[in-house]
Amino acid sequence: MTTTPVRTAAPVARGPVSTALLSVLTGPEDTPEAAYRELASAVENAVETTQDVLADEDLQLSLFLLYLLHYGPAEFVTGNREWDPELLRIRAVLEARFESELRERVPMPDPMPQDGTELVDTMFAITGGAEKPTLATWLARHPSEEILREFLIHRSIYTLREADPHSWGIARLRGRAKAALVEIQSDEYGGGRPDRVHATIFAQSMRGFGLDDTLDHYLDLVPAPTLASMNVMSLFGLHRRLRGAIAGHLAAFEMTSSIPNKYYGRAFRKLGYGEDVTWYYDEHVEADAVHEQIAARDLAGALAQEEPELLQDVLFGAAACLYVDGLMGDHMLECWSNERSSLREVEPAAAL
Amino acid sequence: MREERPEDPTPEDPVVITPCPNGPLLVRGDVMIAPEPGAEPQKPPRRVVALCRCNMSSIAPFCDGSHKLANFRTRPPRYNIGSPREDADESD
Repeated sequence: MTTTPVRTAAPVARGPVSTALLSVLTGPEDTPEAAYRELASAVENAVETTQDVLADEDLQLSLFLLYLLHYGPAEFVTGNREWDPELLRIRAVLEARFESELRERVPMPDPMPQDGTELVDTMFAITGGAEKPTLATWLARHPSEEILREFLIHRSIYTLREADPHSWGIARLRGRAKAALVEIQSDEYGGGRPDRVHATIFAQSMRGFGLDDTLDHYLDLVPAPTLASMNVMSLFGLHRRLRGAIAGHLAAFEMTSSIPNKYYGRAFRKLGYGEDVTWYYDEHVEADAVHEQIAARDLAGALAQEEPELLQDVLFGAAACLYVDGLMGDHMLECWSNERSSLREVEPAAAL
Repeated sequence: MREERPEDPTPEDPVVITPCPNGPLLVRGDVMIAPEPGAEPQKPPRRVVALCRCNMSSIAPFCDGSHKLANFRTRPPRYNIGSPREDADESD
């Protein structure tokens, strides 16, 4: 198996914050004070004036780049930036705005479950929409080369790193919830077989479709909702305080996966693609039917039982997953059903 | 303080089957599955498998989540599998 190649070019800025951030990240290793000051004032201004953080191209790209420092690789970044105190401070300002908007907008179930057992029932209830997955069934009915290409490009931002954001949570959980998360992640990472790592299987699907499987190769093309979907996982995964939310996020993700993946596989098969492309989807129909049970009961349910003060956040994480991924799906569907591209137009200079 | 390590588990750890309410049977452990009576048993590709109970799965005998579409409902277990064993009272 080949390892995934690495993106070397810096992405294109989308506004004052990402412009200032990229000039720090790609500038001299010894960052001039003026560059930090410019970034700080752009961030302060942006969090005050943005109307919708989740749809804000500039802020979502900036958060994505700040999180990228923790995942890597980010070859365009000069110096050792992962724990740069000024960048962490900036990230905290953006995250506070991001989280407060999520807390405000994500619909929570009413009445709230009172314990782990009730939580499992609530999780199945709120993820029940997966029974009629709009985007997936639409794709299976109207597959075209262009639309499936765009679909893979949106998904590539997360899926080439599939499971990584939730792995941050492993060290922060204990007992039954930790064992459940490890059991799921082990399967995500191929159970000891490198060729079965889900991100690697997805990379093969991309190549089979004629796309480039370099990490973040298509970053300039994906709009804010796609970045927000990844950023919400990084936000939850990188804060111990939010460990309930990262557990709930994974549970909701797994619980809404099997049935849509069946339709996605069908869409690719309709256009004549073979197993090299559809394996990823077929694998997820089977794997996520397992993960769904473990994630709902042994991860989310057990965590809420063992640490009752986290119950609210487990549900918040689950509801946020459904809400933010819903925005991403709505965007694609709205564009495609109006025969528009769901991707951003990039300057020829940044052509791929 | 480190606790004394328990005896290593026996090489033949038992296979554990967990019936999930309104869902599949989760099977953990070193199992082989014969696709039908008389067929050659095969090793499943993952450590935990979910076996279909609703008979709607497109990948039977494995679960594909279809029980949710079928609004499949299981009965609560009626046979008391978990009755305490004679030797379970080992407080020390």
